[in-house]
Amino acid sequence: MWWTRLKALIVKELLAVLRDPKGRAILIGPPIVQLLVFSYAATLEVTNVDVMVLNRDNGHWGQELVERIDGSPTFRSIAFTDDQNEVRDAIDRQRAIAAVEIGPTFSRDIEAGRPAEVQIILDGRRSNASQIVSGYLGRIVGTLAADTPAGERTASETIAVVARNWFNPNLTYQWFMVPNLVASIALLIGLIVTALSIARERELGTFDQLMVSPLRTHEILIGKLIPPMMIGLFHITVYILAAVFIFGVPLRGSLFLLYGSAVFYLAAVVGLGLFISALSMTQQQAILGAFLFMVPAMLLSGFATPIENMPTWLQPVTLVNPLRYFLVIVKGVFLKDIPLAEVVRQTIPLCVIALVTLSAASWLFRRRLE
Amino acid sequence: MTDEPFVRISGVVKRFGKGAPALDHIDGEILGGRITGLVGPDGAGKTTLIRLMTGLMLPDEGKVDVLGFDTAKDPAGIQASIGYMPQRFGLYEDLSVQENLDLYADLRGLPLAERTATYDELLEFTDLKRFTSRLAGKLSGGMKQKLGLACALLRKPRLLLLDEPGVGVDPISRRDLWKMVENLTASGIGVVWSTAYLDEAEACDGVLLLNEGKLLFAGAPSELTGRVADRVFKVSGVTGRRRETLARFLDKDGVVDGVIQGEAIRLVMAPGATPPSAPSENAGVTPQATVTPPRFEDAFIDMLGGGPGGHSKLAEAQKPFANESGKPVIEAHGLTKRFGDFTAADDITFDIPRGQIFGLLGPNGAGKSTTFKMLCGLLKPSAGEGRVAGFDLRRDAAEARNRLGYMAQKFSLYGDLSVAQNLNFFAGVYGLSGERKKERTQLMVEIFGFGRLLAMSAKDLPLGLKQRLALACAVLHEPEALFLDEPTSGVDPITRREFWTHINGLVEKGVTVLVTTHFMDEAEYCDRISLIYRGRSIALGSPDDLKKQVADAACPDPTMEDAFIALVQRSEERQAAA
Repeated sequence: MWWTRLKALIVKELLAVLRDPKGRAILIGPPIVQLLVFSYAATLEVTNVDVMVLNRDNGHWGQELVERIDGSPTFRSIAFTDDQNEVRDAIDRQRAIAAVEIGPTFSRDIEAGRPAEVQIILDGRRSNASQIVSGYLGRIVGTLAADTPAGERTASETIAVVARNWFNPNLTYQWFMVPNLVASIALLIGLIVTALSIARERELGTFDQLMVSPLRTHEILIGKLIPPMMIGLFHITVYILAAVFIFGVPLRGSLFLLYGSAVFYLAAVVGLGLFISALSMTQQQAILGAFLFMVPAMLLSGFATPIENMPTWLQPVTLVNPLRYFLVIVKGVFLKDIPLAEVVRQTIPLCVIALVTLSAASWLFRRRLE
Repeated sequence: MTDEPFVRISGVVKRFGKGAPALDHIDGEILGGRITGLVGPDGAGKTTLIRLMTGLMLPDEGKVDVLGFDTAKDPAGIQASIGYMPQRFGLYEDLSVQENLDLYADLRGLPLAERTATYDELLEFTDLKRFTSRLAGKLSGGMKQKLGLACALLRKPRLLLLDEPGVGVDPISRRDLWKMVENLTASGIGVVWSTAYLDEAEACDGVLLLNEGKLLFAGAPSELTGRVADRVFKVSGVTGRRRETLARFLDKDGVVDGVIQGEAIRLVMAPGATPPSAPSENAGVTPQATVTPPRFEDAFIDMLGGGPGGHSKLAEAQKPFANESGKPVIEAHGLTKRFGDFTAADDITFDIPRGQIFGLLGPNGAGKSTTFKMLCGLLKPSAGEGRVAGFDLRRDAAEARNRLGYMAQKFSLYGDLSVAQNLNFFAGVYGLSGERKKERTQLMVEIFGFGRLLAMSAKDLPLGLKQRLALACAVLHEPEALFLDEPTSGVDPITRREFWTHINGLVEKGVTVLVTTHFMDEAEYCDRISLIYRGRSIALGSPDDLKKQVADAACPDPTMEDAFIALVQRSEERQAAA
């Protein structure tokens, strides 16, 4: 008997989303946009930047440095000038992110074995990119220094650094980003679909209709819980397939662990969605509420910036964010073979969040009947 | 006042998307100094026509001339000299009465020097003087409409367009509003009053009757009712089961339309036909058919070719509920609901025996919905108890809910789901499965003629079919008790007849019905009525009882509305005396 009722509700919930053109758009639009934007556009790598060179040195070493910068694939174009004012202007108008200024005594100093200097002027308004460009330029200058007579003489005394990146040998940006997206898309879809579901019924007046039916409160909650979880799992699957077959991200861990923990993650997300939904009177409020949660949740998850970088007073806030835990699992399953114990350790907080949000939602739900 | 009409509508067609046009070749005139009723059920095209007159929208074909201006060429000229009150009062609910007036005065460019006098006059006229600092959202339905009217009258318009001003307004405020508008016409203003209530139509000086985008009639209401003069009969003295008698009457040749009217039956006969004789179960009383003055609705139905038959396939398929115990099916004992320090329903007590229709009658906000919601388990009472089919709503809510069917005011179906999916869903949540589910849904499809519409989304159905689908979903599980919240407000009279034929049939089989309505005609279908006003039940009895209570020399045969107004006034006098 209860199963007949519940099944009817679940089928109805799925149909309500799929048959509504707006509902379908939510299921298809944001996932595609997110996949394209984050994996292609929102890259943190610095390529295609323009630099300017002011070479006041007439010797061999100045020429050599310019050629090495020119040969680096990072820089799209190099402009030459011999006017200090032009450098200022180029940085000011963002025609160049950095300018390299080589002094008139550069070659002479090198040949004479004296310390030689190169000045790099960076656009501090673009702090992140400037830092990276500064790193690139520093490395180019460093290799040049090693090739100078003085450098060659001291080669035996210096330490050579050999960097090797584990898990992502070429630091391919998409290997980092696409697994992150698997977690964030489930958050986005799970939250919006659930947040809308009760608010929509309330707006249409069908909510009373549900409440006078023999469905019990917990049945309504379960019926509202399962369909968004199914939709969330579907999106997770599509993203995993895209990660493996389109972006070539290695899948080194156990899919079973990934899906197992995803169920708890989705339960936590949907619990939050139900809570927001029970609070809102209209669909508009529900959407706003969902975004009000989602934007900080993304920023405080370790998605783009590591949690360890956040101030210590802010770090505890991330503990209630389900995305934080699931990100560890997804990245772990993709890039390294994350062990079961670690997955369990990250899943327990997810269970707790799910329990709390679902109980809060059901409490709020009952209270609304008063 | 000139004889030149204020509005001339010629050959107007307006389409929205595909399908039948919203307005289909409408011609009509609106004269100054008169109230012209724009009459028709929801979806007939009333609002569209009004918006065309304001110049906010242009017709696809034909043209509309307002006060000598063509709406297509000079909408600004029109808008300066009309007053328009949209359906959902164009008021800002978070502003006070005074701030709303100020805002509209600014928008309308009313000179500062004239404001004091104009405000004074309008507030006096609308009796809102005491409430100037109250938020518009906190006003009652009637007061909101009065304020809306005041805002529309700030710059004395020559033409006043009122879109359904009578919706959500209690009968007393409605009479006030009507009197105000009548006063305006005396000074030569032309008024358009759109309505779905046919009793309002009767009071207009002229009407344009719309149905499904077509103009059915233009002229004086008496001219329309004239077509059924001497054909309307009131059969009184019917003893025993008058609903069954009505059903049999309706299936007879020559009967155009028939409804229950208190203890009597009202019949509209075809020209030349004589009213059928009612069976006389009680030898002492002989049913008598007397000619009675026709109403607008009688004529409307006659014009549409008569109402449906009296036979309900739905009721036929219904298994009868035996009345063994004699216990009431729905009981309310001292039901009270408080929201903070506001008592929305105060000590409401009644019971409904099996196979009866009980009505909760009252204006919006009086507490009838609160009472209704407590009885179907949507609200927890602050005190008192409610029972359905013997189950306490607090302890055995799920058991009680299994036995009740619910139909909400706005036909709350799932609009994006198809007809078949809606039926399947409601069958499922009421625990029907397998053979029985198939059998019941199949039956509904047959009875209500959903055959070709099964794949259509519920939201795309015309209003009448939506109402049928809502009824089908509510009775799928053969409930003992039916809860109907304003079930037929705004639907066309034919659909309303059909609906009540089903309900009457089900009641004959022992289904018990609780209905809320602010529709006075609908109240007459009930066996008993509780009049709810300001949270309290101020009168309880059969419609005829209530009418008898207020009958006096001045008004020997009061209508339900007269009874309502008199009873409310009496209750207020008693309150004042206490």
